Amino acid sequence: MGFFRSQVLCCTGTGCSSSGSHKIIDAFEEEIKKVGLENEIKVVPTGCFGLCETGPVVIIYPEGAFYSHIKVEDVPRIVSEHLVKGRVVRDLLYSESVDESENIRSLNEVDFYKKQHRVALRNCGVIDPESIEEYIAFDGYRALAKCLFELTPDEVVDIIKRSGLRGRGGGGFPTGIKWSLAQKPVSNIKYVCCNADEGDPGAFMDRSVLEGDPHAVLEAMAIAGYAIGAQQGYIYVRAEYPIAVKRLRIAIDQARKMELLGKGIFGTDFNFDIDLRLGSGAFVCGEETALLASIEGGRGEPRPRPPFPAVKGLFGKPTLLNNVETYANICQIILNGPEWFAQMGTEKSKGTKVFALGGKITNTGLVEIPMGTTLREVIYDIGGGIPGGKAFKAAQTGGPSGGCIPAEHLDTPIDYDNLLSIGSMMGSGGMIVLDEDNCMVDIAKFFLEFTVDESCGKCPPCRIGTRRMYEMLTKITEGRGEPGDIDKLERLAKNIKAASLCGLGQTAPNPVLSTIRYFRDEYEAHINEKRCPAGVCKALLCYTIDASKCTGCSLCARVCPVNAISGEIKKPFVIDQEKCIKCGACMEKCRFGAILHK
Amino acid sequence: MKTLQELEEIRKRTLDAINLRKDTEAIRVVVGMATCGIAAGARPVLTAFIDEVAKRNLSNVVVAQTGCIGVCRLEPIVEIYRPGEEKVTYVKVTPDMVGRIVTEHIVNGNAVRDYTIGYYEAHNN
Repeated sequence: MGFFRSQVLCCTGTGCSSSGSHKIIDAFEEEIKKVGLENEIKVVPTGCFGLCETGPVVIIYPEGAFYSHIKVEDVPRIVSEHLVKGRVVRDLLYSESVDESENIRSLNEVDFYKKQHRVALRNCGVIDPESIEEYIAFDGYRALAKCLFELTPDEVVDIIKRSGLRGRGGGGFPTGIKWSLAQKPVSNIKYVCCNADEGDPGAFMDRSVLEGDPHAVLEAMAIAGYAIGAQQGYIYVRAEYPIAVKRLRIAIDQARKMELLGKGIFGTDFNFDIDLRLGSGAFVCGEETALLASIEGGRGEPRPRPPFPAVKGLFGKPTLLNNVETYANICQIILNGPEWFAQMGTEKSKGTKVFALGGKITNTGLVEIPMGTTLREVIYDIGGGIPGGKAFKAAQTGGPSGGCIPAEHLDTPIDYDNLLSIGSMMGSGGMIVLDEDNCMVDIAKFFLEFTVDESCGKCPPCRIGTRRMYEMLTKITEGRGEPGDIDKLERLAKNIKAASLCGLGQTAPNPVLSTIRYFRDEYEAHINEKRCPAGVCKALLCYTIDASKCTGCSLCARVCPVNAISGEIKKPFVIDQEKCIKCGACMEKCRFGAILHK
Repeated sequence: MKTLQELEEIRKRTLDAINLRKDTEAIRVVVGMATCGIAAGARPVLTAFIDEVAKRNLSNVVVAQTGCIGVCRLEPIVEIYRPGEEKVTYVKVTPDMVGRIVTEHIVNGNAVRDYTIGYYEAHNN
């Protein structure tokens, strides 16, 4: 590799790819060639920087200039100004990265990054994920070497135990204990599996790790193989993640070529190899026993536990299964020591957690924060608050298994136990911010609809129970709710939780229970007053024209798609409630604020 | 991969190429590359620095450009920032001066006095 005086890093994660980052890379390469700088400047495709909202994102070193929302047309200017003449193109910089006196701030000083602490995402956006050399340059495969040369399997397990790392897939089971459970059984064949079947709506941290730093997962799985005595690993990844799958394939290939996977790794007698298995998008396959069944080629259905996979898992052999983000922490723990990891976080939740911020928030994207950071810091300081000056209503964490956290709990430090105690859960780390325009009954219905679709149908409480709950919620949102419906929902929810076979059913009622707990008044308004306070549930809306404000311009009548509005020019118009489909087009168009809804 | 040394070699070799992205205390070579600088011949000077740094395998050096410093008559101008030291400004730099600047100043830490702006101004006015 030659010496490059400048490097152009361009995000090629899913977010930026879909906003055209590949065209940006091509444009940079072409422009750089045009000015004859191809031997001085290197264009590097990387993983996700986290600020997906501002994509496509380009960072140019050594200045560390952070360009956001880059278009192909901007590239010639950046090349001729920044790369040829050394003048940073200020108006294209991410606005937060320029301070009041127009100086460029370093990335660590930008609000979005200031409170973050990147462990699992440490290489994302820093290295080229398709280059094993760059991974090695950032200490890659040194943790594996350390394990093989300096540590016994027992010591490795002990380090993971002492770090306090807990499963990042949502359950929060202590990882070290899981490893020692898989280590104990005596068997000549064991398996190490990786759960990359990220299915929660709104969660994409595992995808970003696989896209931005695939070798970190491979290395950690090899370490796990050494610790529990396994020679084969499987990564179960969603087929809907084409970029992640492609990068994993490249990474596995490179690691095999360098003999970092395969037989006799580092000249020792340790053998380990990894294969991919693609999931076809069933949410239930994120559940461990269903996932293992799917790897075996069977139908993705859970089975009762015990026996736990650590005893009898894949192909009936002892199996260790961890989530992508859990693995992404392992190498750092081995290299820096368990004490380093355990000093981050709260008493019972150590380290950091990655959250995917979405919904009504300014900085949609990926953030990694130490456990114990408050929700307020995540949403307002890092996330940049709620756009449009709207009021915060709740944060939904844990996806379809989690719950909503209302404003009164904004200052709760985020960790596994605190989130559980306020009726939500960590889950895999999706965080959807809701504002005053979101109807909580509608949100609960959205997640229930998801679980009804995704229930595998094996056990009746989940198959039938969630459908009944969904029907009741539909009834309420359509104005047909009856007194007593809330109690019925709660009773059914408790039964489903108690009787379902796997985590999917056991947690499916959570979105309903937590919204009832904190937003009971909204349910009551729907049922008793036939009113949707947020103005979302169409059946409960009623558009009317305020005769005192209406000037009779007829604009509303002309935009109404069903001709429900009529009247005489220059006299107040009226809406025919029978015909109105509540599309809201008239309200949007009215220049006098004469159309109201309630 | 059979030994730890192999891993270490790849690590070192690649690190040189990518350490721009790390927050290191690097020595910065800044070449004035505004219109005046380019017209006076800054481009070959910049290339000469890059070649020299690559040839000597220096891993703690960043070569960057900047705009017009304001003394266009003295271009090409090169400024060198060593961490913790005052910057040194070289004027009317040509590619054949680069080797000496790299050896004496960047590698050994002694500024090349005869090339600096102070020396030039004192002897040419």
